[in-house]
Parts: sequence; structure tokens; C-alpha cells
Amino acid sequence: MSSNAITIPGTQIQARPWVDELHQWLTTVDHKRLGILYILSALLFLVIGGVEALIIRIQLMHSHNDFVSPQVFNRMFTMHGTTMIFFVAMPVLFGFANYLVPLMIGARDMAFPRLNAFSFWLSFLGGLLLYFSFLGGSGLYGAGNAPDVGWWAYAPLGARAFSPGHSSDYWTLALLVSGFGSIGTAINIIATIVCLRCPGMKISRMPLLVWLNLVMAGMVLIAITPLSAAQMMLLIDRYLGGHFFDTQAGGSAVLWMHFFWIFGHPEVYILIIPSFAFMSEIIPVFSRKPIFGYPVMVGATVCIAFVSMSVWAHHMFTIGMNSYANSFFVITTMAVGVPTGIKIFNWIGTMWGGRIQFKTPMLFSIAFLFQFLVAGLTGIIQSSAPVDWQLSLSYFVVAHFHYVIVGGILFALFAAFYYWYPKMIGRMLSERLGKWHFWLFLIGFHLTFDVMHIPGVLGMPRRIYTYEPGRGWDTLNLIISIGAFIQAIAILVFVANLIISYFKGAKAGNDPWDAWTLEWSVSSPPPAYNFATVPTVASRRPLWDLKHPEDPDSRYE
Amino acid sequence: MSAVTTSFPNTAAAWQLPSRGKVAMAGLIIAESAIFTIFVVAYLFYLGKSLTGPTPREVLETPIFYTICLLSSSLTIHLAAKFLARGIGFAFLGLWLLTIALGGLFLYGTAQEWHRLIYEHGLTISTNLFGTTYYSLVGLHAFHVTAGLVMLLTVAVLGLGGRVGVKQSGHIEVLSMYWHFVDAVWVVVFTVVYVLGR
Repeated sequence: MSSNAITIPGTQIQARPWVDELHQWLTTVDHKRLGILYILSALLFLVIGGVEALIIRIQLMHSHNDFVSPQVFNRMFTMHGTTMIFFVAMPVLFGFANYLVPLMIGARDMAFPRLNAFSFWLSFLGGLLLYFSFLGGSGLYGAGNAPDVGWWAYAPLGARAFSPGHSSDYWTLALLVSGFGSIGTAINIIATIVCLRCPGMKISRMPLLVWLNLVMAGMVLIAITPLSAAQMMLLIDRYLGGHFFDTQAGGSAVLWMHFFWIFGHPEVYILIIPSFAFMSEIIPVFSRKPIFGYPVMVGATVCIAFVSMSVWAHHMFTIGMNSYANSFFVITTMAVGVPTGIKIFNWIGTMWGGRIQFKTPMLFSIAFLFQFLVAGLTGIIQSSAPVDWQLSLSYFVVAHFHYVIVGGILFALFAAFYYWYPKMIGRMLSERLGKWHFWLFLIGFHLTFDVMHIPGVLGMPRRIYTYEPGRGWDTLNLIISIGAFIQAIAILVFVANLIISYFKGAKAGNDPWDAWTLEWSVSSPPPAYNFATVPTVASRRPLWDLKHPEDPDSRYE
Repeated sequence: MSAVTTSFPNTAAAWQLPSRGKVAMAGLIIAESAIFTIFVVAYLFYLGKSLTGPTPREVLETPIFYTICLLSSSLTIHLAAKFLARGIGFAFLGLWLLTIALGGLFLYGTAQEWHRLIYEHGLTISTNLFGTTYYSLVGLHAFHVTAGLVMLLTVAVLGLGGRVGVKQSGHIEVLSMYWHFVDAVWVVVFTVVYVLGR
């Protein structure tokens, strides 16, 4: 066995009563446990947000459906969007970053373990606050409970006059609270990566996952904060009678849009860059080749982060900006496709000539490549302002960003789950169930989101609770809804896999994939202290060096 | 299974990385700067767009004295940290208390200005766009000064109890980074509100 587990006689961990175990989890400051807590809370909200999506899809299955009322429908799409972005995607990516970054750089823990716990509980309680609105949201006016103003809460919808009661307050406070959590985590990730790397881990040797999470954390600092600031302004408007977004007093509704999208667009990249990070770790391992063009990958990521800060108003072409602003945002939006294209090229370059192993993580990765490419292409289509005037606020846009978020981010996340679950739990996820999960989800995804482009082109607006028959939308919407249910079944298979494999999965051992980064050098799950001795690295693939002392990477770097 | 162990070949001789406190504070400062930027943009965007009075030109007076107080507190905290690093405890403590006094004086100045605006000119946060943006921006800054003062006071209490020495000098430097940031923000707020905004 490996020599990295310290055995202290007489202090072996005994089975504890579950209350003790629970107490340990609730008060933990260990980055691995917090990472798992992040992921579990995200999975919980994923199921909730998924149920909301299904309610939306049942309602739209055929014309003139009355499964839910228009008011409930508004709440469903608002809560679905808010939940999926802030309480699923962000926490699950932070969870993986939390778990993996210290292990990959040979550190004992994050730089600030208690800040880490604080950030997690802020983000989780933010989610609970959002959902508490179902119980406490109606306030004095009896005016509906959960937020129903859309996930971007355009002014003046969020103002007191148009959103009486407390539903928008819950929305604002939930995002403010979880935003502070995100900032805490981002600071923590940066401090960890900058200050806690093990000897020899120069920034040019960091695994790409670490690099990309560093970039992501930097983006969180400058992109989440504008949202926090805008939420503070909204609170001032709602509670102190301010006029920031009050058009009656000279305030500007468009300013809210700018503030929201200055956050909103970089947010997409905050979510996709960690997904790129998963791809950059998984594709090389299952292609049995080192990543193609490491420095270019880093450069492209930094470039994406930089350019993505100046594209936000492409969400606002239809509000009527002047032609200079339109041109600027068209050009920057198109420009962001260049570094993204470089990344796709490099992943394919990594696979090219490799001995590709089609295990479940790799299947999800390959699907990611194709789907993310398509998502990027429909993005380029809409980046042209005149085309956007036609397509904006239609189902084409909905299809496009779900292609990014589901086809890109979620597929990358599934790959990450299948790849790192053995490290976190110590047991392999079942390949059989994994293949079922993959194919079902792939079919469901394409049924839903490929088809969804068409009603968009035909003119079906987003956020309508029902539609007239005879517009050619009925069959398409039925197919979309069927696809949604196939995806839901796939998710059930996935959750079943997570649970069954936890008890019955094959033992993983330290390094089930024959991988090259430091997390695979410790036992699965890793001991609380991570590394018995601080590792020293001499190349980008420390475990390769160790397994192949006759031909180490360090010779070529 | 002995292929995988953590006994990596030892190569690195000297391995120096930055202090985590300073890096984290730099991160916080970047995040806070973004928040202030949004408030400053809102202030500038709404300049002259109020539908009713009072306007900045009518009611604002430039707080030169209190600005000097706050800016000089940056110097005193810097010197205090320097003295602490050299182990001169009483000079550190004296300058530290002076920093607190200067910061407190600045806050008093803000309070006085707000009192004057509210009671003499009837300008509140809900009066007009100027009121909304002015109290938000200046208030956000004052909140940061207050938070800073709470931390400075905590250190002062510990210092008076003899608990702050050379060993804590790293922490003190991180705190002084924050205080410098609060001062730098005031330079921007001052320029925007009292120079450009009138």
C-alpha cells in the first residue's frame, strides 16, 4: 500500500453516533467536507430547479393548457433561473474548486478554512432564504409569494409599486447573501492558489484546473460585486424610498439593465471556465496524452475573462442603444469566440492521435465539445445586432443559453462527477448506469434544446404561459417537453448511481484512471491532512514523473 | 501497490510565496472597488437629472478639513505599522490612537454634514436622485470607515493590553492596507461628489 496514510495506534476512528457525525459535518472547516457540502446543496437545488423546469414544460406542452396559473408560471421561471444559476451552478463549481484546488497544488487546506465554511453557509442559507419566500413572501398585501419578476428583475418590475409584498425582497436578499459568500470563496481560492502551492509548483506548472479556477475567482471579484451593488440600490429603493431605478423621479430602468448584465454576462464565463477546467483535466487523461498547448490554454482563458467583461450590452440590443454602442458590443461579442475556438481546437488537438478510452467521463466530455461548439455558433449568430433584434426574447435565445448551460456546463459537470467521485468517495460510479445516464441525457437534451430553436425562429416569445393553437408551435413544444422528461429520468438514473455506488461501487484505489495530478497520489477519499509529507513537484504531471522515472516530464520542461 | 507515493524527488531549495493575508486583502480591495465603481457610475450618471431640488451646487460644502484628517490618517497608520515592525511599541500605540482619532473626526464631519443637509436643506435619501445617490455613495464610504474604525479599535484595545507586538506586525500591515483603501476611495468620492459633481 502507499505510504501516505499516517497510522497512529489507538486513535483509529470508531463508528460514531449519527448526531456526532452530523455535528462534525455542520461545524467542519475541512475543504474536502465543505466541497462535498457545496456539491450536495447544489444537487438538492438541482432537483428543485428541475421540478420547476418540468412544471414549465408541462404547462407549455400544448396550447391553452391550464396546468398552472399565469402567476404561478411567472414564479416558476423566475425561481428556476435564479435557482439554477445561483444555487446550483455556482455552488457545485465552488464545491469542486474547494475539493480539488488544495489537493492539486499539494496544500493542507484552503488558505482560510473558517472563511470557507462561512462562505458555504452564506450561499446555502441564501438558497433557503429564496425558498422561504414561498412561505413568507406574501407579506401584508397578499400579493403572491415567490419572486415572479424574472431572474433579471428588470426595473421597474422590482420596484415596490409593481412588486408589492416581500417576494422581491427575498430574491434581492438571497442574491446579496449568496453573493457575499461567492466573494469570500473567490478570495479564498485566490489566496490558496497564490500562497499555498507546494515546493516546485510554479505557476507554469499548475494543473489547468487550478489555473482556470484562479481566473474564475478573479472574475467573481469584479463581476459578482456589481450585482451586489445593484441589489443594495434596489434595497435602498424598496426600503428607504430611493429613486435609483424609479423612472417617475428621473431614475433609469436602463441603468439597472446595465448593472445587471455587467454581472450577468461575465457570470456565464464564471460558470463555463471551471467547466473548461474539468475538460482540460479529463480529456488528456482519457486520451492518454498531455494537454495540447498548455500556455495557449492559459492565455486563451485569461483572454476570455478579459473580453467577457466588455460584452454585456449584447443582452440589450433591443432596448435601443446608439449605433456606436451596438457596434462595440457586436465586435467584442464576436471577438470572444476567438479564444474560445482556440480552446476547442486544443482539446481536439489533445485527443488527436491519442488512445482514447470511452469511459463515462470521456463520453460526457466529447458531448461537451460538440454541444459547446453549437452553443457558441448560435451565440455568434445572435451577436449580430440586427439578427438579435429579430431573435431576442424568443425561444431561440432560451435554446441558445440552455445549450451553453446544460449542453456545456452540465455535461462538463457530469464528466467531473464520474471522474472525481472515486476520489471523493473511494468507490467507482457504475459504468453501466453511467452509460444509461449518458445516453438518456444526451437524447433528452437534444430532443429538448435542438428543437427549441425552431419555435424561437417561428416567433414564440419566452416567458409566455400559454399560446394560441395553429401557429405551428404545438408539436414542437410537445417534443421539447418529452425531451425534458427524458432528461429528468436520466437525472434519476444519475442520482441512483450516486447512491448505489456509494454502498456497492467497486473500490477505487488511489488512482483508478492512471492520472497525473497530485490529488491521485493520496488515498481515496483523502485523509483529513491530505498529504503526509509535503510533495515537491518538478513538472506539470508530477505523477507521470513518479510512475516513469526513466522518462520524466521534467526533462522536457 | 507501491507505484504511487508522495515521496517526490526533492528539488526546490528556497520556496517563497506571498503572505495569504495580503493576497486576500488585495482580493477584498478589488471586490470592494468594483462595488464602489458601480455606485460612482450611478452618481455620475444621475448628475443633474434630479427632477426637484435641492441640487449639489446649492447645498454641498467642500469638507476640506475632514478630508485632510482622513488622508493624514493614512500616514499615521503607515508609520504606526513601521514602528511596530521595528518593535517600538509606544510609538506604534500613539500613532495608532491618533489614526483612530483622525478617522473618528472624519466620521464626525460626515455626520455633521448629513445633519445640516437633513435639517437645514431638507435633503433626505428619498428627496430626489441627488439625495439617493449622494447618501448611498457617501454612506457606503462612511460604512467602510466605521468598519475600519471597529477593527482599529479592537487592535487598540489589544495593544493597550500589551497583546500587540512584532509578531502581529503582519496582521497590522493587512489592516493598514484596508485603511489605505478606505482613504483612496475617499479621494475618488471627494473628486466625484465635491469637485466634478458641483
